[in-house]
Amino acid sequence: MIWQFDILILIFLVVTAVISLQVKDLLAASMVFGTYSFLICLLWAGMGAVDVAFTEATVGAGISAVILIATVYNTRRDSSD
Amino acid sequence: MSVMGSFIISQYVLDHFNFWVAVILMMIGLYAMITKNNLIKKLIGMSIFQTAIILFYVSAGVKEGATIPILEHHAAETEQVAAGDAGAEHGSVVGADHDVSKSSEKAPAHEVHEINPDDYSNPLPHVLMLTAIVVGVATLGVALAVAQVIYKNYGTLEEDEILAKIKAAENDG
Repeated sequence: MIWQFDILILIFLVVTAVISLQVKDLLAASMVFGTYSFLICLLWAGMGAVDVAFTEATVGAGISAVILIATVYNTRRDSSD
Repeated sequence: MSVMGSFIISQYVLDHFNFWVAVILMMIGLYAMITKNNLIKKLIGMSIFQTAIILFYVSAGVKEGATIPILEHHAAETEQVAAGDAGAEHGSVVGADHDVSKSSEKAPAHEVHEINPDDYSNPLPHVLMLTAIVVGVATLGVALAVAQVIYKNYGTLEEDEILAKIKAAENDG
């Protein structure tokens, strides 16, 4: 693992996690959470866990984001916090 | 003193940066699950908590200088060819893996076919965490379905409003 990429991706991970929890628009929160999943997928590919990486890419960044957005469309888009 | 300080920083922070970030993400997720009022936000916090745990385990399986845990059968065949015509140039042998032909020059002949576990990252945490990812997305799916049912019955996803409506319904009945 190239440690510069490691540290850069980990910092972006914390930033996207905080943004997805702080933003008041739930659709934006879902999209930023998809970004978070994709970043952690990159991290796993870098750490040599390729099987975990492509499972995360399909299941985490794909299906999780889609079902979150589907729920937001079936309910409300705005949030109090 | 500053040398000592930088040594401590590199020893405990930079060398274990994955674990520090895993703990930070875990606490972010736990904070969101406890304090957020919106149910969707709570679920996003739960997913972050899960990925933090997976990050912890996968980081435990990383070895320095190791590659992905897939055995190279092709490498062993190349070695046999190389051992067969010892006088031949190593560069002419297929040319698929330069690292392998280099290591065969140093290694004794009887060690050539052995598989060194230090060359591969530990696959056991990967396999366990593969299950955890699938369980996590199933949990998220069921929780989002329950959230939609709650929205249909109470008309809101905010926790305090739902609790107030439940309390009002209890007082009426």
